[in-house]
Amino acid sequence: MSRALKELEQDGLRYMLNFPLLPDRASTLSVHVDALYFFLVALTLVFSVGIALAIVILAIRYRRERQPKPVPIEGSLVLELTWTIIPLGITMVIFIWAAAIYFYETRPPRGAMEIYAVGKQWMWKFEHVEGQREINTLHVPIGRDVRMIMTSQDVIHSFFVPAFRTKADVLPGRYTSVWFRPTKTGRYHLFCAEYCGTQHSGMIGEVVVMEAADYQQWAQSGTDGSLASAGEKNFQQYGCAMCHRSDTQGRGPNIVALYGKPVLLDDGRTVLADETYIRESIMNPGAKIASGFKNIMPSFEGQISEDEMVALVAYVKALGNGMANPPAPVANPDTGVYPVTPNKEPSMVAPNQPKPAPSQPKQK
Amino acid sequence: MATTVAQPVEKTNYLNADYGIKSWLLTTDHKRIALLYLASVTFFFFIGGFFAMLIRLELLTPAGDLMQADTYNKVFTMHGVIMVFFFLIPSIPAVLGNFLVPLMVGAKDLAFPKINLLSWYLYMIGGAFALYGMINGGVDTGWTFYTPFSTTYSNTNVSMVAIGVFINGFSSIFTGLNFIVTIHRMRAPGLTWSRLPLFLWSHYATAVIMVLGTPVIAITLLLVAAERLLHLGIFDARLGGDPILFQHLFWFYSHPAVYIMILPAMGVISELVTCFSRKRAFGYYFVALASIGIAVIGFLVWAHHMFVAGISVYAAMVFSFLSYLVAIPSAIKVFNWTATLYKGSIRFTTPMLYVFGFIGLFTIGGMTGLFLAALGVDVHVTDTYFVVAHFHYIMVGGAIMAYLGGLHFWWPKITGRMYPESWAKLSALLVFVGFNLTFFPQFVLGYMGMPRRYWQYPPEFGVLNILSTAGASVLAVGYVFPMIYFAWSLRYGPKASANPWRAAGLEWTVPSPPSTFNFDETPVVTWEAYNYDEIEETEEAEVVG
Repeated sequence: MSRALKELEQDGLRYMLNFPLLPDRASTLSVHVDALYFFLVALTLVFSVGIALAIVILAIRYRRERQPKPVPIEGSLVLELTWTIIPLGITMVIFIWAAAIYFYETRPPRGAMEIYAVGKQWMWKFEHVEGQREINTLHVPIGRDVRMIMTSQDVIHSFFVPAFRTKADVLPGRYTSVWFRPTKTGRYHLFCAEYCGTQHSGMIGEVVVMEAADYQQWAQSGTDGSLASAGEKNFQQYGCAMCHRSDTQGRGPNIVALYGKPVLLDDGRTVLADETYIRESIMNPGAKIASGFKNIMPSFEGQISEDEMVALVAYVKALGNGMANPPAPVANPDTGVYPVTPNKEPSMVAPNQPKPAPSQPKQK
Repeated sequence: MATTVAQPVEKTNYLNADYGIKSWLLTTDHKRIALLYLASVTFFFFIGGFFAMLIRLELLTPAGDLMQADTYNKVFTMHGVIMVFFFLIPSIPAVLGNFLVPLMVGAKDLAFPKINLLSWYLYMIGGAFALYGMINGGVDTGWTFYTPFSTTYSNTNVSMVAIGVFINGFSSIFTGLNFIVTIHRMRAPGLTWSRLPLFLWSHYATAVIMVLGTPVIAITLLLVAAERLLHLGIFDARLGGDPILFQHLFWFYSHPAVYIMILPAMGVISELVTCFSRKRAFGYYFVALASIGIAVIGFLVWAHHMFVAGISVYAAMVFSFLSYLVAIPSAIKVFNWTATLYKGSIRFTTPMLYVFGFIGLFTIGGMTGLFLAALGVDVHVTDTYFVVAHFHYIMVGGAIMAYLGGLHFWWPKITGRMYPESWAKLSALLVFVGFNLTFFPQFVLGYMGMPRRYWQYPPEFGVLNILSTAGASVLAVGYVFPMIYFAWSLRYGPKASANPWRAAGLEWTVPSPPSTFNFDETPVVTWEAYNYDEIEETEEAEVVG
């Protein structure tokens, strides 16, 4: 107890002497956010001090002792218009400025490296594509665009790194993402910002920004294979390869080169095959049926953990860019028979044929 | 105008017209119901305040040492639930509004006096449910009840508290309904819309939000309770539900609810600033229409609470844009109140000190709202202490300052007694200083990155938290003082005349306290609102004559 108090005292003294008003600036985004923040602080000062001064001056100048008789004034249209239009103009400047920053921070650049995160009560689990896994500590290289692909195993969490000035809620049942490019090596706070229960304030960790070479070394040391290869094992283990074959003979759609492409559904809609779509197609296959296929796939809800899911998603994505082996047709372990393509009649449309351009959403 | 004839025999008024507990619990007199509300919201205010002190004490040190994490989570949840649903929302409308709306329109009572009483009973029943839930198991979801935590993961008594808030919602709806009908149908002859006190304009706008918004939160919380009980799969992703749907529904009410808290406060400020400047409100029509504008646009900004919740980029931009639009009417009001001082004849009474405090704090609260509506900055500061500081500047610095100002202003009318002026000024000062010391450091904390609802925090946030806790204790003293001297004044305060402030408005033309039916005969209004120039001239004539 006394030791704790002593430490506290020392800490207190330290922070009393070194009294920061801003968190570290450790990402490309932080400069932009701070610039707008300073503008807003200045604006707030101008208006608050202006109003306060006006009140003090008017109150003293027109106090009853000095101004026993009020002068009736109805108002002034010119003034009303002035103090409607000027604030409107100022707020529109802020709006556009802030929206531009938001646009920048919500669009991950192409070629960003990807790290998967799973939030759960009350810890962060991170899985790097090279195969490294870590808890509550996130290693990232300096100068690279890093895109976090995040989901929650239970309640809503929020991934917040003040030094990067960015934050994104982490939701159960879907993937959300956030990206940043670290600009300064060091260790920074990682907070859960969305209240998530008993140990919400204990769901904190560290982001370690490393030199690129150090990161490479760290990422590749002592792993047992990449995340996609773990996903490939899951793919075989859960029997996915039985139907999702790499040719056109599968009972389910061919998933090679699926990721990032538009998929035509049997109700005529087209959706983009992103991480959330892949996840949903495994957990709740009936939600969106690819055109030309039957709703025959069982749900894996409750059978596949979020960690395994992340690996599966990484595998499907790796298939798309040729970084993983396509699934081999697998014989039914019970009968030794290769699955036969069923139901040739319902659709003459070849599954997974690239669709004509008009319905395709614009590629990022 | 002012009757200075001594009253040797105490006249019958609404307070001494009848005695006994039954005469209070079965009353349909809007003034007595206002007093029932006054007692109950004060009770809830001090419970909510007690929890606030526990929060601040826990946060005095970085370590979670005063209480368990679970206890802390329950404490901040109860603070939020009680302060929002059982204090701030009913405070000005159900106490001052209830008392003043009929008096200001020149009516004998509200349009539906029995529904008005029912509204208080619903409030008490809802409050009882909430308190029971808090004592029996507590609730740890935060006042926002976010799913799926509230529906699936919390082991506390969420349903009981949700049902309490659900029941309380109807009390709010009934109050709103009463105000709308009363203001439409029961105005005295000659009291046209353009002669209405701004207090009524803002209460009208508030009532519209209450009637249109409250059913949404009621249904939403009912769905939360149903989901807990029956696992329907409305909000639970594992059952095919959508947790974000809850946030949309919740904020569809809870953002306009902020305007339920601040619009009546703005109405109070308009009454006070005109009376103590002895002037008509500068830009009367702009202030009046700004209230309506806030009520309308206020319904279209809810998703600005969800910029990091995974909504689409373009939706976020639309909601950001609309949030800036809703800021404009508030700015117009601030400028007009300030301009009202110009060439006025200003008296520094306690209510006027609260007006100055309100304008200053509301300006800071409003300006920091611009930070939160700014998409790029909001991503960084949302869910941090920056947000906590911002909404306390609006709700405590704005709504409670105005409530206290209004309470001082109409205290002589309500009780027939004056409060002690110097004590009141001292406590107004304490409230102002204590408030700023409590909440200003939290803006810095928030930008530094301290998330809200943290039971323990990294030590570098320590100094600012100590300042905040120190401020909270000053603020607490500032709140306890009025409680004491108001009670004191009931017995020992000097008797108040019918119009101690020489204020305009029909409520000041009847004795203090008013009789049960307010007006002996229906008043006929032949003057514009805030005709202070005429009042001043009459007085001059009286003095000269």
